[in-house]
Amino acid sequence: MDLSGISPILLLASLMVASTPILLAALGELVVERAGILNLGVEGMMITGAITGFATAVATGSPVLGFLGAAAGGAALSVLFAVLVLWLKSNQVATGLALTLFGLGLASLVGQSYNGIRAPEMADITIPVLSELPVLGPILFQHDWVVYLGLALVAAVWWFLRTQAGLTLRAVGENHEAAHALGYKVLRLRFFAILFGGACAGLGGAYLSLVRVPQWTEGVTAGAGWIALAIVVFASWRPLRLLLGAWLFGGISVLQLNLQAANVPVPVEVLSMAPYVITILVLVLISSGRGRAALAAPGSLGQPFHASR
Amino acid sequence: MIVLEKRPAPSRGWALATPVLAVLATMVVGGLLFAALGKDPVLAIRTIFWDPLFGDFASYTRPQLLIKAGPLILIAIGLSFGFRAGIWNIGAEGQYVLGALTGAAVGLAFYPSESRLIFPLMVLAGALGGMAWALIPALLKVRFGTNEILVSLMLVYVATNLLAYAALGPLQNPEGMGFPGSRNLAQWPAAANLDLLPGTGVHWGVVAAGLAVIAAYILLSRHVFGFAVRLAGQSPRAAAFAGVSPSGLVYACMAISGALAGLAGVFEVTGPAGQISIDFNVSYGFTAIIVAFLGRLHPVGILLAGLLMALTYIGGEMAQTQLGLPAAAVQLFQGMLLFFLLAMDLLTTYRLRLGHQRVTATRPVATQPHPAGGTR
Repeated sequence: MDLSGISPILLLASLMVASTPILLAALGELVVERAGILNLGVEGMMITGAITGFATAVATGSPVLGFLGAAAGGAALSVLFAVLVLWLKSNQVATGLALTLFGLGLASLVGQSYNGIRAPEMADITIPVLSELPVLGPILFQHDWVVYLGLALVAAVWWFLRTQAGLTLRAVGENHEAAHALGYKVLRLRFFAILFGGACAGLGGAYLSLVRVPQWTEGVTAGAGWIALAIVVFASWRPLRLLLGAWLFGGISVLQLNLQAANVPVPVEVLSMAPYVITILVLVLISSGRGRAALAAPGSLGQPFHASR
Repeated sequence: MIVLEKRPAPSRGWALATPVLAVLATMVVGGLLFAALGKDPVLAIRTIFWDPLFGDFASYTRPQLLIKAGPLILIAIGLSFGFRAGIWNIGAEGQYVLGALTGAAVGLAFYPSESRLIFPLMVLAGALGGMAWALIPALLKVRFGTNEILVSLMLVYVATNLLAYAALGPLQNPEGMGFPGSRNLAQWPAAANLDLLPGTGVHWGVVAAGLAVIAAYILLSRHVFGFAVRLAGQSPRAAAFAGVSPSGLVYACMAISGALAGLAGVFEVTGPAGQISIDFNVSYGFTAIIVAFLGRLHPVGILLAGLLMALTYIGGEMAQTQLGLPAAAVQLFQGMLLFFLLAMDLLTTYRLRLGHQRVTATRPVATQPHPAGGTR
């Protein structure tokens, strides 16, 4: 066992990278759930984004286009969910699960011809001056652009939820009957929210296949989509707490990888199950206690909406 | 323009017709998919749905059908109680793995004894293992209000890691020359779960699946527990007034589904799979979710749906070897089936009408089920 090889600064820097895919996916899901829709298909949309992004990046040689392709792929899959849930009034839980199963199948079908190919490299953007800072520089300011995009999106969603449109979205999520009575277009708003969620999940998936791994392997998301769902609950549906949750999870997964590399006398399997166990523990802590998370959930979450009048 | 109108009660006719229509729609769209992959769609559909039953190798594939359908039906029956009551156990895959692990561990502890008690003991241990794994999300939900969907799912990943640990560590075959995996249980008569009638594919797991279907049917239609489950699903408030304990229902539904998934696991590891290995689980636990919905959460429906889904597994394997159809195409096919089913569910709960809102406005109010809460 050799723990001296683990540098706290490098650890925190890779935490930023490790948390990005979950952050992106969870952020999209947060907006969807704030609109009152529970999309359990995050995992399926993520892995679809992972393969469409990877395929686009390999075909064009450009990671940027790859990420665009991933967002398009995730959004396309989410349209399926939206049509079923919004207009065909299907059960959201079952439809979300179907989306995950479908997405996993679709991704491994498309991904067959991409096994063993390496993704085009993506350069880090070192922000001048700031990246020279002693400790904070390597942690915060020497990453690829998607890490910054994730942070920017957190800020953007935080700001959006305070705008007029954001308040309308929240109203639709809290009480779709009342929102409908006020003349808001419940279904249209939810459609765009779901689309945004799909695109974000796609970006998160592509970050796994293009940056983290970086190649196509079947089941590359390995439950990241489900963890994203858990983090939304952890965050009590608030963007800034979401960032905290993603960092926490990213930190745990990076730490367990480092401990594996340092030959800690704990079986590898126990270390790799740690992120999931800790997610459960965090969920328990969040759901119990004073500010019970269930109370913060949007009022209409998961309920079908049918305008009777 | 088409207007949706809520039916006073779900249509029974459509509830029976939609699974059939969904299968047909999946065949059509699946055929298009296969055509897009450059395969003859008619041939592919025939290979998947016809050849396993009546093709040249049917004498081999028909028993396989039962072997695959057994665990699917067993798990789906368990899930159907919770799904009816609005309790979502999504982690049957993990409970299945745990059942196999505890069952195998208990059995291997007595190796190489030839006692006849070993197999029943393993079955019991498997059921308890699966049940215990399912009771974790149940306990957390009741005590802390934690979401059971997320917890049961996270536990799948924990279970697969446990499986890898067991296959490489405590349960590894000491005479296996370092290969991962346990001793072969199917070759140890005291633990083996072989065909009861050779060549039919009917092992104890298939028998258990059949018994589960019958028990579930009686429980749902004749027993107060089935009444509580149905009531809680349709109206949690009414269930509370009727004296149904919500937490009791969570424990009961999770325990049943966990125990049945655990049973499926132990029957699989002692029979068709033969040993604990890293790739022991083949996502029966997830496919069973499709089976439960396709079977309309009804025991008889699940029986038929389980057989159909087993058919796509076997047929998919045949299409893989004979036509070079990728394995993932079948997974996609199964997901598609669930989509079509969910989409067509609309027809059971809503009536489609051509025309504008005024058509509904002129209808007498009395035919509207709940004027106030009509959207529930």
